[in-house]
Amino acid sequence: MSDILDILLAANFWAAALRIATPLIFGVLGALICERAGVLNLGIEGIFTAGAMAGWMAAWLGAGLWGGVLVAALAGAAFGLLHAILTVPLGLSQHVSGIGVTLFATSLSYYTYRTALPDVSSPPRIEAFQPLDIPILSDLPFLGPALFQQTALTFLALALVVAVGFVLYRTPLGLAIRAVGDNPSAVEAQGLSVMALRMGTVVAGSALMALGGAFLTMSAFDAFFFGMVNGRGWICIALTVFASWRPGKALIGALLFGAFDAFQVRLQTEVGSFVPGQIFLMLPYILSIAALVVVARKADYPRALLKPYFKGQR
Amino acid sequence: MIRFEPREHVSPLRRVAAPVVAAVAALAVASLAIAAAGAPVLEAYGLMAKGAFGSAFAMSELLARAPPLIFTGLAAAVAFRAKLWNIGGEGQLYAGALAAVAVGTGALALPGPLLIPTVILAGALAGGLLMLIPALLKVRLGADEVVTTLLLNFVVILFVQMMLEGPMKDPMGMGWPQSEPMLDEAMLPKLMDRMRVHAGLILALVAALGVHILLKRTVWGFETRAVGENPEAARHAGIPVTATFLRVALLSGGLAGLAGVGEVAGLKGYLTADLSPGFGYAGIVVAMLAGLSPVGAVVAALFIAGVFVGADSMSRAIGVSNYLADLVVATSLICVLVSGLFVRFKVRIVRPGTGRGTA
Repeated sequence: MSDILDILLAANFWAAALRIATPLIFGVLGALICERAGVLNLGIEGIFTAGAMAGWMAAWLGAGLWGGVLVAALAGAAFGLLHAILTVPLGLSQHVSGIGVTLFATSLSYYTYRTALPDVSSPPRIEAFQPLDIPILSDLPFLGPALFQQTALTFLALALVVAVGFVLYRTPLGLAIRAVGDNPSAVEAQGLSVMALRMGTVVAGSALMALGGAFLTMSAFDAFFFGMVNGRGWICIALTVFASWRPGKALIGALLFGAFDAFQVRLQTEVGSFVPGQIFLMLPYILSIAALVVVARKADYPRALLKPYFKGQR
Repeated sequence: MIRFEPREHVSPLRRVAAPVVAAVAALAVASLAIAAAGAPVLEAYGLMAKGAFGSAFAMSELLARAPPLIFTGLAAAVAFRAKLWNIGGEGQLYAGALAAVAVGTGALALPGPLLIPTVILAGALAGGLLMLIPALLKVRLGADEVVTTLLLNFVVILFVQMMLEGPMKDPMGMGWPQSEPMLDEAMLPKLMDRMRVHAGLILALVAALGVHILLKRTVWGFETRAVGENPEAARHAGIPVTATFLRVALLSGGLAGLAGVGEVAGLKGYLTADLSPGFGYAGIVVAMLAGLSPVGAVVAALFIAGVFVGADSMSRAIGVSNYLADLVVATSLICVLVSGLFVRFKVRIVRPGTGRGTA
C-alpha cells in the first residue's frame, strides 16, 4: 500500500501522466470536433503516423522544430481533406473511408521514410523539444516538477483544450459545427453550407490529430519508429465517447488515462518479476475498451454522426 | 454541384468493372511513388508482374500467399454484409494460429486424419469466440464494435507474445520467442513438390463456396443481408437481429481464425508474433474490392497476393521499398470506394439554378 502511495505522491509520476496524456489530448480534440460535425474519422491512426513521420522528417531536414510541427499539421490536414472528400460530398461509408485513410497514410509514411532512409541501422535522431523552464512556476515545490516542466507541445495541447472549448461553445462557428452534426437540414435552412462546415471541421480536426503524432517523434522521443503509434489513435476514438464529445472531459479522460499508464509502468518495476510485461502493455487497450463499455449505454452520440447529407435533403 | 441518382438497374458489367478500374487506378497512383523514389516505373511494374506470375515458382508463391487473404476477405465480407464492422481480423487470425499451435504441437495424441480437422476446428473456434466478445458488447451494452475489435487486435498480439515468451515457448528454439513446431501429422499437405503452396488454398476455396451458398441460398443468408440493410425493418419483420449479429460474428471471426490456421499449419509450421504482415487489415480491402461477394473475394485476394509477392520480388531486384505493396493495397481500397459510386449511382453535374444537368 505504502508503495502505491509513494508512486502517487511523486512529482515525476504526475509529470509522466501529463506527458503520456499529451498526444491523446491532441487526438481526442481532433476526433471530437470531427464527430461533433457528424463525421467519424477513423483515419486518426494513420494521421498520427503521418504527423509523426512528416514532422520528424521536416525537422531532420532542417525546417526547425516549429517548422516540423507545421508540416505535421499540414500533412494531417491533407489526409483529413481526403477523408472529408470521401465522406462529405461523396457520402461514402465513414467507417470504410476512415480505415482506407489510415491504411493509406500509414503505408505512405512508411514508404516515404524507407525511401528517404534506405539503409539505416539505427533511426537518425533530431534535437527534440526540451522541457520549458518557466520562471517561478517551474521552481514551485512539487507542482513545478509535476506540471510545469513539460515541453512547449504539452502546453500547446492544454491551450487547445481551452481554444476548442471556446470555439465550440462561445462562437457562432462552434454553434454551426455542433448543429451540423445534430441537425444538418436546420443548418442549411439558415443559409449555411453543410458541406463546407463538415469538410472544414474534418480538415482542422485531422491537423490536430497529426500534432499528436508530431509530439511522439519530436517531444516524447527524438526519432521515428515503425509501429510507434501503436493504437493510440484508436484509443482516442474510445476516449472521445468516454468524454461525451466535450473538450474539458476529453482533458480529464486523457489525464486519467495518462495517470493510469504512468502508474502501470511504475507498478511493473515493483512486481515485474512475477507478472509478464505484456500484461501491463495490454492494460491501456483493455482500459480503453472498458471506458467505452462503461459509457456506451448512455452515450449521447451526435445525432447525425455517420449520416451523409445531401443538399436539399429533408 | 454534383448529384447522385440511384440506378434502377445495376449492370453486372459495371459491377465487375468497378474493382478493375480501382486496381488500375491504384497502380497508377503508386507509380507516382515509384517515380518519386527515382526508380523506372515500367521496369518496376514489369518486375512485379514477373515476380507474381512470371514462372511456375512465382505462381506457386502467389497461391501460397492467397489463402490468408481469402479467409480474412471472407471474414470482412460476411461481417460487413450485416453491417457488423469487424476490423479485428488481425487479432482473430492470431487467435486461430495460437489455438492451432496449442493443439497441433503434441498436446493431443491423435492420428493424422483426426488431428488436422481438430486443428482446423480449434483455430476457427478461437477466432469465432474472440469476435463474440465485441459482438456481445455491441448487442448487450451498445459498445461500438469498430473500436473494440481494433483495440482487441493489440491485446491479442500481446497475449501471443506473452505465450511465446512463456508457457508456449519452444525450449529448442535457441531462445527465440516462437512456439514448438507443429507435429508432421498436424500439417496441411503440400499441393506441389518443393513448393510452398498447401492445402489451405483448397480449404479457402471451399470456404468461399460455402459462404456463397450460405449467403445466397439459406434463410441465414437472407437474414444477414436484411439486418445489414436495415436492422429496424428487419426487427419489425420478425428477424432475430441479435441472434443474427452473434451468428455473423462467430462465422466472421471463425473465418479469420482459419487464416491463422493456414499460416501455421500450412506454411510456417510454428508460430511467431510476426506471423501476419497485416492480413487482417488487407482482408478489408479484399472484401471491398470484391463488393462483399465471397466468390469475388477469391479473385481480389489473388490480386492482393500478387501485389505482395510481386512487390517483394521487385524490391529485391531494384531496391524500391516493399511498403509499396501496402500503398497499392490501401490505394485500391480508396479507389474502389469511389468507383463503387459509379456502379450504384448516375453521377450528374448539375448547374446551380437550372436544375438540369449533363452526365
